[in-house]
Amino acid sequence: MLNFSLPDAPSLATLRALAAERILILDGAMGTMIQTLNMTEEDFTGAGEGHVHGPGCRHHSDHPQKGNNDLLSLTQPQAVEDIQFTFAMAGADIMETNTFSSTTIAQADYGMQAAVHDLNVAGAQVARRAADRATAEDGRPRFVAGAVGPTNRTASISPDVNDPGYRAVSFDDLRMAYGQQIDGLIEGGSDLILIETIFDTLNAKAAIFAAFEAFARAGKRLPIMISGTITDASGRTLSGQTPTAFWHSVAHARPFSVGLNCALGASAMRPHMAEIASVATSLTCAYPNAGLPNAFGEYDEGPNDTAPQVADFAREGIVNIVGGCCGTTPDHIKAIAEAVAPFAPRKLPV
Amino acid sequence: MTRYLRLSGLEPFVLTPDIPFVNVGERTNVTGSARFRKLVVNRDYAAALEVARNQVENGAQIIDVNMDEGLIDSKQAMIEFLNLVASEPDIARVPVMIDSSKWEVIEAGLQCVQGKSVVNSISLKEGEDAFRHHAGLCMAYGAAVVVMAFDEKGQADTYQRKTEICARAYKILVEEIGFPPEDIIFDPNVFAVATGIEEHDNYGVDFIEATRWIRQNLPHAHVSGGVSNLSFSFRGNETVREAMHAVFLYHAIQAGMDMGIVNAGQLAVYDQIDPELREACEDVVLNRTPKAGGTATERMLDIAERYRGDKREEKVRDLAWRDWPVEKRLEHALVNGITEFIEEDTETARAAAERPLHVIEGPLMAGMNVVGDLFGAGKMFLPQVVKSARVMKQAVAVLLPYMEEEKRLNGGEGRQSAGKILMATVKGDVHDIGKNIVGVVLACNNYEIVDLGVMVPPQKILQVAREEEVDIIGLSGLITPSLDEMVHLAAEMEREGFEIPLLIGGATTSKVHTAVKIAPRFTRGQAVYVTDASRAVGVVGALLNPSQKLDYVEGIRADYADVAERHERGERAKNRLPLATARSNALKLAWDGYAPKAPSFTGTKVIEDWDLAEIAPYIDWTPFFQTWEMRGVYPKILDDEKQGEAARALFADAQEMLEKIIAERWFTPRAVVGFWPANTVGDDIRLYADADRAETRATLHTLRQQTSKRDGRPNVALSDFVAPEGKGADHVGGFVVTAGPEEAAIAEKMDKANDNYGAILVKALADRIAEAMAEMLHQRVRRDYWGYAPDEAFDPQELIAEPYAGIRPAPGYPAQPDHTEKTTLFALLDAEKTTGVKLTESMAMWPGSSVSGLYIGHPDSYYFGVGKVERDQVADYADRKGISVEEAERWLAPVLNYIPGTGEKQAAA
Repeated sequence: MLNFSLPDAPSLATLRALAAERILILDGAMGTMIQTLNMTEEDFTGAGEGHVHGPGCRHHSDHPQKGNNDLLSLTQPQAVEDIQFTFAMAGADIMETNTFSSTTIAQADYGMQAAVHDLNVAGAQVARRAADRATAEDGRPRFVAGAVGPTNRTASISPDVNDPGYRAVSFDDLRMAYGQQIDGLIEGGSDLILIETIFDTLNAKAAIFAAFEAFARAGKRLPIMISGTITDASGRTLSGQTPTAFWHSVAHARPFSVGLNCALGASAMRPHMAEIASVATSLTCAYPNAGLPNAFGEYDEGPNDTAPQVADFAREGIVNIVGGCCGTTPDHIKAIAEAVAPFAPRKLPV
Repeated sequence: MTRYLRLSGLEPFVLTPDIPFVNVGERTNVTGSARFRKLVVNRDYAAALEVARNQVENGAQIIDVNMDEGLIDSKQAMIEFLNLVASEPDIARVPVMIDSSKWEVIEAGLQCVQGKSVVNSISLKEGEDAFRHHAGLCMAYGAAVVVMAFDEKGQADTYQRKTEICARAYKILVEEIGFPPEDIIFDPNVFAVATGIEEHDNYGVDFIEATRWIRQNLPHAHVSGGVSNLSFSFRGNETVREAMHAVFLYHAIQAGMDMGIVNAGQLAVYDQIDPELREACEDVVLNRTPKAGGTATERMLDIAERYRGDKREEKVRDLAWRDWPVEKRLEHALVNGITEFIEEDTETARAAAERPLHVIEGPLMAGMNVVGDLFGAGKMFLPQVVKSARVMKQAVAVLLPYMEEEKRLNGGEGRQSAGKILMATVKGDVHDIGKNIVGVVLACNNYEIVDLGVMVPPQKILQVAREEEVDIIGLSGLITPSLDEMVHLAAEMEREGFEIPLLIGGATTSKVHTAVKIAPRFTRGQAVYVTDASRAVGVVGALLNPSQKLDYVEGIRADYADVAERHERGERAKNRLPLATARSNALKLAWDGYAPKAPSFTGTKVIEDWDLAEIAPYIDWTPFFQTWEMRGVYPKILDDEKQGEAARALFADAQEMLEKIIAERWFTPRAVVGFWPANTVGDDIRLYADADRAETRATLHTLRQQTSKRDGRPNVALSDFVAPEGKGADHVGGFVVTAGPEEAAIAEKMDKANDNYGAILVKALADRIAEAMAEMLHQRVRRDYWGYAPDEAFDPQELIAEPYAGIRPAPGYPAQPDHTEKTTLFALLDAEKTTGVKLTESMAMWPGSSVSGLYIGHPDSYYFGVGKVERDQVADYADRKGISVEEAERWLAPVLNYIPGTGEKQAAA
């Protein structure tokens, strides 16, 4: 049952106060950091040497798990925590959970649907530990954002040309899957819910709906961060919306922040981010890739390439929160945090 | 931010004060349009979409969709139609008003739209609880809402009831549940006037005055209404109805009505209504007593009679493009996604074309390329491209029967699809949206798609490819590790003997990666990078068309070679190693267990007894055709559909001349070959006067790669292939061959006789003969003179692929870019005297049909490119060679990685 008069989670007031003072820092990429560890199938399943026996043992699938990064929250929790801790110590205020694909829909490809609840709870707990460790070290508050990815299906595009009216996934399928994920993220101790890398706004609308329902179940409303993805030269989402149309479609979430991530490097993202900043009544958040991948899929931009571009966002007053997506490392986050420090956060449009 | 109503389809819509009135298209409403109802009942969705499109083209800023019809499953129809609308970008760009009297239909609709839509409608009809519940759901789905002036007692008809109900609803929405007031649109009910029933006479005024009150007393809320109800009693008299609507709107808008459901294409302009009719309309709408006496209704009925049957001309769509030539019409239809005329246009094009296939390859592909260009430039976006693909499909469907008939007449089997394409996202990657889009676009073009889904292991891909006998394999991937998977699959295809093309696509893939990493691993077939879905059709079409494939693949190969080289150059420019570092990464062959074979003689040997007939089989004809700017591999080029005829004619002439050359001994081929004891000292190869290796006869200088290497690959120099001093009694050879000096004189004679063709032909043949001699001589060296491969048994044509051990690098070519090394070689061989070949000032050989080079025998030696060299190596090289740095820089100019005389690094290419 929906309830629009739930009390706000206590984290909201703290976040609001901090965001009024300065630009907040979101952490960097988990996926590309994990790739650098060159983990094997055994590392992913936790069957290899040095495996910490944990809840991962409960789940088994006949599919290969290499590349199922979210599973590492169960099978290699220390490795994930260490990455997040390093990001936190590099200056991140908000740590994303390693749960981008932790829905039954996305995990179906790995045959790991049954693990979804555990993946989200553990994902949030791991990030919580990293955040709390960092806070214990330097006294600065840290926040855990439960990451909700787009899944690999689109609710408003048909995969079958002969049947443009066909949909491979329905709103309700997505709503159920997201609801299950968000329940787990809340249970694991998330401070925020981050609906990210949105290429089909209808998927995001299902996630927003699911968040409302999950909040009603939890009896509190967590701040929601919403982040779309502009995929091609037309400056639109994959499902064809302009940045402003996208904002209009998600504004009902009354999000803590709205913005863009992934697909583009900072300079290519800038005009679209400026458009969103000019219309959004919430805070804005940008976490671009470390440039575009080169011919070998590697991100070439070093910390000192990315940071000045992100600093331009801050200088122009179009961001309240910044961070990094694919290819960004703790060094990038450190450089970004330092580069935006001199600038005041964006003021909401009047 | 100002509280404006903000909606969206694919594009945003903001109801700002400078928009006096929003047209909501009503033609996609089964209760308002008999035509639309019929289309939906008959499930003719293509035509139903056309209705929606026309409305948007005619200026509807929002389209109302209503499926409340007893004969159909309204919920299912709502879902189907909205899903179809989502696939039509020129309709989906505007927001949708989801219109139903049943909440379950509305909710089903809300689950299909990505934009922010308007729910039409909710009301207090079933009490406050249901009203709150529905309003809450609208907030959770993110929709604005039309609130009907309707309560438990019924629909509000008077000013009093209308304003009361709206005020009550507003209070619940805004104050109780926090609904954004700017997202509320009141519909105070437009009822029919001039019905002859006196109680109805004031309905127009009641609406207009309630509107005024709402706008003044319920902040930020809007007012809408279904205008066509007003003229219900004048059905069939369009002129009168449109006039009534125009007059009503004129007054209601002034009162604050800012939205309305109207037929945007059929609305009279207030100022242009016949004044008499207009006055009659105003009398009924505003409930005035006519000046001429009687009631407003009677007066209206009188006047209306005059307009009965007077059909207003329907607004003409812009069809100017229909007069364009058929090619342009097809392009227009593809770019704009118009299916309406595609069949007749395709038929017209087919009738004019020689073969039906030519329509696809010609105008249709040209149109799709325009689509690809526009997409690349960001002027079209993906859903539009998919739509273009659908138009393409329809056009192809028209042509298909003709193509099958053609095939049947030619005795071939009728084929169902244009080709079978396997698509897969590689192992370890779960991203498949791009792959699916490519699948969609290809399926539209009559290709059969075998989609293996995501995370597909290479064995499975190859197994299915074999079982299904697919024509092409398409790989997709988004994450970085997928690139390695693609390389791996390419290598597996090579290993397992596949020859079908391999398409590469996905976010992290690139032309450079494909050219540098994938294509070289798969030489049996061709790996092709496909930029985006819009290009897939063109690429696949060219690859599966026997008459285009050869040319196309040749073009790709040349392009990729160029890309790889440029990349290599760029890389080298970026990451140049200091010479010392490059040397420490030299190729280290295992000399300890290696016993080099000594040649059968040392010193030089002149070979004069050449038999042209024996040389001829060694000719590599592919470069011969290239000389004539005919791209293609011999002998396939002879059967090429386009250039085969010309190639056959040329080849026949060449054969004829070659026979004459042989029979009449036009040329006197000569060669000199030599071997010397040799060992490497640093980057130089030292040649000794005799077997005790005490006295140095000459020194061959070599250059080392200074590129930063990946994956443990060495920085190689030619000297790495020769045993270092003290590590074995190695040898190096050298040679010069020439077809003879006669070629120039013969060509000149032919030129004078105006036989330019013969002149070029003889030169081209002389070049080929010299190259063939070099090939033949090298074989003889391996088998006999040096004799390290006495049992080698390749036939002449097999040698073209260089399957043998050892190399014959030529000075001035990539492995040793310094042409001046030829002087050392020529001196060693006394080549000018023994063969008549001279070196020009610029180190070119005369006659032109001559070839020279070194022989290196180590089985692990290979051809490579030195690439760009740095200042440190050039200084070192000049010192070793005993020349000035300036002179070394002059000869090495093309490979310098810096600008001589400056401290500047040369910019990366």
